[in-house]
Amino acid sequence: MRLIESRTTFVLTYTALAILLLITLFPIALLVLNSLKPATQIVQSPLAWPEVYRWDNFVRAWNDARFGTTMLNSAMLAALTIVLVCSTGSLTAYVLARRKIKSWKIVTFYLLATTTAPIQLFLFPLYFGFAKLGLINNVFAVSLIYTAIYSPFAVMLLRTYFLAVPKELEEAALIDGATHWQVFSKVMLPIVSPGILTVALIIGLYSWNEFLVATTFLQRTDRLTAVVSFFLLSGQYTSDWGEIMAAALIIVLPVIVLFIALQRRFIEGMAGGSVKG
Amino acid sequence: MHRLYLIPTLLINVVIIFIPAALTIALAFCRWDGIGMPVFIGLANFRQLLADRVFWMALGNNVIWTAIFLTVPIAMGLLAATMMLIARRGSSFFQVVYFLPMVIATAITARVWQGMIYSPLTGIAGLVTRAGFPVPNPLTQPSTALYGIAIVDLWHWWGFLCVIFFAALRQVPQEQIEAARIEGASFWQMLRYVLLPGIRPTITLMMIMTIIWSFLVFDFVYILTQGGPAFSSEVLSTLAYRSAFYDLAVGKAAAVAVVISLFGLATTAVYIRLQAKEFDQ
Repeated sequence: MRLIESRTTFVLTYTALAILLLITLFPIALLVLNSLKPATQIVQSPLAWPEVYRWDNFVRAWNDARFGTTMLNSAMLAALTIVLVCSTGSLTAYVLARRKIKSWKIVTFYLLATTTAPIQLFLFPLYFGFAKLGLINNVFAVSLIYTAIYSPFAVMLLRTYFLAVPKELEEAALIDGATHWQVFSKVMLPIVSPGILTVALIIGLYSWNEFLVATTFLQRTDRLTAVVSFFLLSGQYTSDWGEIMAAALIIVLPVIVLFIALQRRFIEGMAGGSVKG
Repeated sequence: MHRLYLIPTLLINVVIIFIPAALTIALAFCRWDGIGMPVFIGLANFRQLLADRVFWMALGNNVIWTAIFLTVPIAMGLLAATMMLIARRGSSFFQVVYFLPMVIATAITARVWQGMIYSPLTGIAGLVTRAGFPVPNPLTQPSTALYGIAIVDLWHWWGFLCVIFFAALRQVPQEQIEAARIEGASFWQMLRYVLLPGIRPTITLMMIMTIIWSFLVFDFVYILTQGGPAFSSEVLSTLAYRSAFYDLAVGKAAAVAVVISLFGLATTAVYIRLQAKEFDQ
């Protein structure tokens, strides 16, 4: 069924959508195109097709940005954060969704309020405190910061999945003699596992891409994340834009592949929570 | 019993966010270099801020930023979402592409725009200049630096709004759309009288979030210009960051952070009221 019958409206609509499509894809196309070019050709024209394919841009980018180490740091940081957010978040989301405690409202509002707090409001004492405790350049400590920042979002998203589970399931399990913990871990968790997977994907993406906290708390060269290492490479160590774009592509490609493969999960997770309002 | 389930989340939250936030508020009334003992100086930090030209510039830039992001991306998102509703075929494809910039790291988006588009040497701006139409690099001009950054953030951000609005539009009752269609409503009439009123709660929520996020903007400013040239693109969050870590004026940084939070707090009050309505339903 069509919204509007007029043919001109229809043609205009597609034209406008296509223009927006081009605007969106243009910088990404420049990224990919120039990652294959020698620096001298980029200076002539960033738009031209590569005269020679400089695959060694990727080799130099990999070595100069120390992706062997920094990618591993990013992956570890993302994995730790995913585990922490999913485990602590699902416990909290379950209790808040089922209103198991009297103060569920206060806790929910408190968590919502922290999502709107600027990072600068807690960054400085946290940094100098961590410095005193020797926690700078500690990946686990940073994953705790990410957990604090991202778990309110995770709790709100998981809460909607718990809300969708019929109460009767829980009651039936309790009548059959299950403990409260068994109800949560054996009955509820398996049902909401698609929600947990969505949260894991999005939290993984956020911590892979995060800049401000990572650049502040992980400064030693062997502890940098891939994104911060890219930032330093492009800002200080080289002005070869072929190499810089190759480094960018190395970080972005796995993300884009994953996003396209699991687009519905990403989009529903990142955008879905806001629609109900 | 179930109280125990909340402990991990709340413990991490309190240690990482609540206690340091309380300390920041206390530090706003102190002079501290991050190493020695903080010295209580009352309102001196705030008085200094009020007399500081850069602080007012940063605050003004945050207000400009809010004005830009309350209008341009929301209008773009609404228009594109409505057009996707009309087009129907291919809408999920458009949606995925428009959303794509959101999953790219801000540091990378910033560098691509800086080097491949704005740069007079390696970018499109340089190419156009060499072709005889001089285009200055917006990031190096005090009068345009903020807008140059805003364009990058717009590119990164508007698709997210578009997807949210599209999801909301699809929940507008079919009967209303059908009725308007039978009466021969034009595109603009459909938008004005059926679709926009149908998704008003979503638009309101996104506007509130836009105000909050506009006072938090950091990554693109810090990476693209570091607040320069001559503080022309400074925003409150970069001012606070620089004061704390470059000038070691942590008390001043804390005072700026408190100012940012006050703007957030006012908006958050509205936001929580809206959420409260949803929870009561």
